[in-house]
Amino acid sequence: MSKEWPLWEIFIRGQHGMSHRHVGSLHAPDAEMAIRNARDVYTRRNEGVSIWVVKAADIAASSPSDKGPLYEPSESKVYRHPTFFDIPDDVGAM
Amino acid sequence: MYAQMVKSTGQGVKPREDMSPEERHFQDRVDANEKIEPKDWMPDGYRKTLIRQIAQHAHSEVVGQLPEGNWITRAPTLERKAILLAKVQDEAGHGLYLYCAAETLGISRDELTEKLLDGSMKYSSIFNYPTLTWADIGAVGWLVDGAAIMNQVPLQRTSYGPYSRAMIRICKEESFHQRQGFDIMMKMAQGTEAQRRMAQDALNRFWYPSLMMFGPSDKDSVHSAQSMAWKIKINTNDELRQKFVDQTVPQAHYLGLTVPDDDLRFNDETGHWDFSEPDWSEFYEVLKGNGPCNEERMAARRKAWDDGAWVREGLMAHAGKRSHRTAAE
Repeated sequence: MSKEWPLWEIFIRGQHGMSHRHVGSLHAPDAEMAIRNARDVYTRRNEGVSIWVVKAADIAASSPSDKGPLYEPSESKVYRHPTFFDIPDDVGAM
Repeated sequence: MYAQMVKSTGQGVKPREDMSPEERHFQDRVDANEKIEPKDWMPDGYRKTLIRQIAQHAHSEVVGQLPEGNWITRAPTLERKAILLAKVQDEAGHGLYLYCAAETLGISRDELTEKLLDGSMKYSSIFNYPTLTWADIGAVGWLVDGAAIMNQVPLQRTSYGPYSRAMIRICKEESFHQRQGFDIMMKMAQGTEAQRRMAQDALNRFWYPSLMMFGPSDKDSVHSAQSMAWKIKINTNDELRQKFVDQTVPQAHYLGLTVPDDDLRFNDETGHWDFSEPDWSEFYEVLKGNGPCNEERMAARRKAWDDGAWVREGLMAHAGKRSHRTAAE
């Protein structure tokens, strides 16, 4: 059996000024073909102005079991949000 | 429905007290409408059932290109040809969205293709019927895509994240498919007598196979019960079929065409259309491979896979050489 084309994750910038967003994946022999295929698979209706392709094998991801240690510490730090502080109305907009 | 008779664990819904702590936590998340993502823990049966269901759906999108592709070179106008090309290209795209969702569950694309080609995975029975006239292209868009939408809209809320996201993309595009089909039917139904007869003939041939797309009644199916508890199936086959009939009958009346069912009548008590069941023995024959076009469809897929082998291998060799060259520089 022949070697399978590698999997690429596809990121599309939907409009100018927006960041690239993950839209899905596809198989392609190299980056150039991945971009061409991504154009056909993910932007048939003007969904994008720019495409990034990244080999799926090159993406490192956090593990679901690390959810607690990673994200819980921020839950107790409510003072990071501006609404934590009461500013008197007399001060005006801040 | 593009996935028919997808088998689950076969044991019905597991009672809560028999579940492991992991399974209980998983079911709680599903019940709370949380999305399950690829790296999350999931029961083995959930993973396997999803692979079967998503793959069958993906294969259907891909094989579904064949009956429509049959008319691309013979579309009556350049505009119709461009529209049909765009639609068939969408079906390829839908297949790819779904394959990529299936792959997140730990099966490779080549494995999926091989399972289709060796017959161990199925595609929807509907694509084993031929498209004999141009009106059939209208009927396929109107009825077949219409039936598919019935099932795909609720599946946007399915519990598996990548599947749900694929369904959302597909639903956005699917409405174009149904409307272009109905547009063809309107033109034909309002055309010459010969065109009207052609439209009626297409409805006659596609009506019951479209009803079969939802699969036989599954109100007592243990497979469906488990799939519904896992939210990878949202409605029963009968619910969706009834919804499809209720939506489609008035559209047929609008076209001035007759639904080929003498027992079709509106039931004032239930507020729904009563209709005749399709011939389920025909359905099982088609699933077994004895439909009018099963052999032709599989032969076309095998030919595409075999004839494309040198392209797949050649492009990999080229990519390998080029990365060596870049590394050497």
